Amino acid sequence: MEWLTMKIWSPYTVGIGIGLLSCVTFLLSDKPLGCSTAFTRTSGMLERLLRGGKVAEKAYYRKFSPEIDWEWMLVVGIIVGAFLSATFSGAFHWEWVPSKWAASFGDQPFTRWWVALIGGVCMGLGARWAGGCTSGHGISGTLQLAVGGWLAVVCFFVGGVGTALLVFKVFQGG
Amino acid sequence: MLKALHTNKGAQLAIGLGAGILFGFLLQKGGVTTYDVIIGQLLLTDFTVVKVMLTAVVTGMIGVHFLRSLGLAELHPKPGSMGSTALGGLIFGVGFGILGYCPGTVAGAVGQGSLDALFGGVVGILLGAGIFSELFPGLNEKVLNKGYFGEVTWPQVLKVNPWVLVFPVAAMVMSLLFLLERSGL
Repeated sequence: MEWLTMKIWSPYTVGIGIGLLSCVTFLLSDKPLGCSTAFTRTSGMLERLLRGGKVAEKAYYRKFSPEIDWEWMLVVGIIVGAFLSATFSGAFHWEWVPSKWAASFGDQPFTRWWVALIGGVCMGLGARWAGGCTSGHGISGTLQLAVGGWLAVVCFFVGGVGTALLVFKVFQGG
Repeated sequence: MLKALHTNKGAQLAIGLGAGILFGFLLQKGGVTTYDVIIGQLLLTDFTVVKVMLTAVVTGMIGVHFLRSLGLAELHPKPGSMGSTALGGLIFGVGFGILGYCPGTVAGAVGQGSLDALFGGVVGILLGAGIFSELFPGLNEKVLNKGYFGEVTWPQVLKVNPWVLVFPVAAMVMSLLFLLERSGL
């Protein structure tokens, strides 16, 4: 059972595993892997707590009703699975600021959190704007040879590489 | 029998959870739930994310098309348009470069104890998704359907049997991975 306690697996082993998992979900659930609608549904559930039942009337929530579904359970499962993996290998630890961030921008948690929050807002907006994320478009869309999936993943990485280079080369030490 | 399973709500929620646990386990073991690895990919110094994704795509592409040829699976390509997929994809990319996680890996990062993923990332993505639901009616009218191309796949566009593309795409991706390894990335 040594493989369970290893800190890291080959990216090819992991990739083959995710590819096979995709086949299983197509077979057993008639669904591709995807994560971002779970955030929309959760956002809708939270909004309903604050503003009441009329939230479900919003046009977007009529498409993606604020309720627990397959994909929502998938995202909960990801948290559990990553926790198990990290625990078995002894890698689990509370981390306030990632080390690569700290090396360039310092280890102030609030700076990192604010930036992560801003990045998260862009990501949540963009994921729903594009109708999918790195898993829904980037893996599931491309493996179905969907035109939208290939277009999306190119845009994800063009935007991502451009922004990361800007953040790390231009703002670093500024 | 599969149809009955697909419509069994309780069973599907359980399968979703199980698939998520496996997905999260794999992502964490691959190192791609870590900010340093993802941002390394976007800074083009660490190609772990691309290796994981491309290997998953080749494996899944062959497997899912095989299941489909056996009549055991149906494809579900998402609808697309320039106004939605391309523009949204670029906005997502900006978020990706700032946050250093994506909606799946941010959940995995929470599971391994990364607090910036929980307080910054998850909260931000929920806010962003909420903002989109507010903007949706206006965007839907003016932007999202610009350059609409629909739920199409490359084999449909090129009017060929999917297998005519599956093998060349697999060969191209594997060559790319081989070149990445050869160049020491």
